[in-house]
Amino acid sequence: MSEALKELAATIELKRPDDVLSTEVAFGELTVRVTPTGIVDFVDFLKTDGACKFSTLVDITAVDHPTRDQRFDVVYHFLSMYQNHRIRVVAAVREDETIASILPVHPSAGWFEREVFDMFGIIFTGHPDLRRLLTDYGFRGHPLRKDFPATGYTEVRYDEELKRVVYEPVSLVQEYRQFDNLSPWEGAKYILPGDEKGA
Amino acid sequence: MDGDIRQNTYDDGSRDATDGEQKIRNFNINFGPQHPAAHGVLRMVLELDGEIVERADPHIGLLHRGTEKLMENRTYLQNLPYLDRLDYVAPMNQEHAWCLAIERLAGVEIPRRASLIRVLYSEIGRVLNHLLNTTTGAMDVGALTPPLWGFEEREKLMIFYERACGARLHSAYFRPGGVHQDLPPELLDDIEEWADHFPKVLDDIHYLLSDNRIFKQRTVDIGLINEQEALDWGFSGVMVRGSGMAWDLRRSQPYECYNEFDFQIPVGTNGDCFDRYMCRMQEMYESTKIIKQAIAKLREPENQGDVLARGKLTPPKRGDMKTSMEALIHHFKLYTEGFKLPEGEVYAAVEAPKGEFGVYLYSDGSNKPYRAKLRAPGYLHLQAMDYMAKGHQLADVSAIIATMDIVFGEVDR
Repeated sequence: MSEALKELAATIELKRPDDVLSTEVAFGELTVRVTPTGIVDFVDFLKTDGACKFSTLVDITAVDHPTRDQRFDVVYHFLSMYQNHRIRVVAAVREDETIASILPVHPSAGWFEREVFDMFGIIFTGHPDLRRLLTDYGFRGHPLRKDFPATGYTEVRYDEELKRVVYEPVSLVQEYRQFDNLSPWEGAKYILPGDEKGA
Repeated sequence: MDGDIRQNTYDDGSRDATDGEQKIRNFNINFGPQHPAAHGVLRMVLELDGEIVERADPHIGLLHRGTEKLMENRTYLQNLPYLDRLDYVAPMNQEHAWCLAIERLAGVEIPRRASLIRVLYSEIGRVLNHLLNTTTGAMDVGALTPPLWGFEEREKLMIFYERACGARLHSAYFRPGGVHQDLPPELLDDIEEWADHFPKVLDDIHYLLSDNRIFKQRTVDIGLINEQEALDWGFSGVMVRGSGMAWDLRRSQPYECYNEFDFQIPVGTNGDCFDRYMCRMQEMYESTKIIKQAIAKLREPENQGDVLARGKLTPPKRGDMKTSMEALIHHFKLYTEGFKLPEGEVYAAVEAPKGEFGVYLYSDGSNKPYRAKLRAPGYLHLQAMDYMAKGHQLADVSAIIATMDIVFGEVDR
């Protein structure tokens, strides 16, 4: 399986040298890192090329790396039902950058791109209907960014006096309980209580 | 747009007659969020020209719980029960994808008995799902008896769930490295007895529905999807098989030990709601066959033994913990710190009853997923709602929602 994927990776790299930054086969899966500028052409190539034939878009998502210069990885998964193989395409974009929508190639990209916009704030140029999808009407912020707290900023309740639903800033009756329980000998980055003097 | 005045032109060149006084415009209605045929909390804005749907705009996210954000703050094992809460009609199939992703990253091979139990319960999940979908789909187009008959069987299956793991719905039974507990032999006997009798129940439902004139009028040639459209819209599962493609991950990209089982993949020809209904019915017969085979294999002497790959991913045996300090420490660390996975990214997919359910896991080497993306089949199916419903009558919308097999737990996540 991974031999065939390596061959496929070599073919893609040979045919699209300008787009492909690197290829990797790990855990039996092929990952291709590409430049974000040529993403539409590249996806179209994957769909039409005889050796690839990636006819189905499986998923679009993103990963946030706040410390990196190119903050977001936009991750595409494709499947070929004809060749029976899968590919992962990763394009890194900066926070102030946009990426082209692949909607003209795959109509099913519509909601995925809306979701990534909603959750990460990445703007897909050329998308005709880039509204929020999963979050509440009038929601602010992009929840899956690493700097967005898991508790959120607003909470909703039904007000008995006003007879309607009201939005209020989150008030926690106790601190948000976030234990990582990492071993103090390996992995933990915090100082254990009582160890402040020694550190 | 709502409020626009329209003047239609017809095939023979004639136009809507206007005397300058009447104004004809399309009508917008809200379908849901509290509509019994919406299969959950779907709000759909429908633009109607008379009874014909001109545009459908599904507003999803009313059941959005931020599962993916929550997952980033919890260990891999703590995240497992969230998977049950996605497609709550067939919970174990989701857990399966999660476990497969973790096992592939960790490079863990699970014991054969655990693999067989997973197949058995995945197929029970498939029957659970299809029973709900076909019969409530019939209810959406006006038949009241099938859901009552279907739920009786679902009840029995849920009891099998309960006897295996203690919970009827949110089972948390498949664990990274195997399954939580072994099955008692009496349970296998009872499941087999059920599997012997279940095809008769299916025959009864067939008898009620498959030749029913009203049911056929409401489903034949409704929601037509051809091969190219199914690919374009990223469909999977029954939604592609109903259009004539024999694509099933259990066969084409076998996981677990599905390649040892003898089963057929039912395929439709027309790609309409009726074909998809027939595919689902047929798949239940096939699942029953797999269930029987799995039980026979589980009884074989060479398939006895442990159901967890003992190691870092799984807890030590109860008996060991009584005598071994290391085992006790391991147990404590597993349930507090959890296990760490190597750095890397992996996408694991299973053939869930609704289609391809996938988990994309991005690990940074810690005990929590850096990013976990859940790919639900219903999400793509619902996305094509506008495309499929356009030109159909308002009453067909509920038939199309039913055939897409939408459950909002997985669409909204």
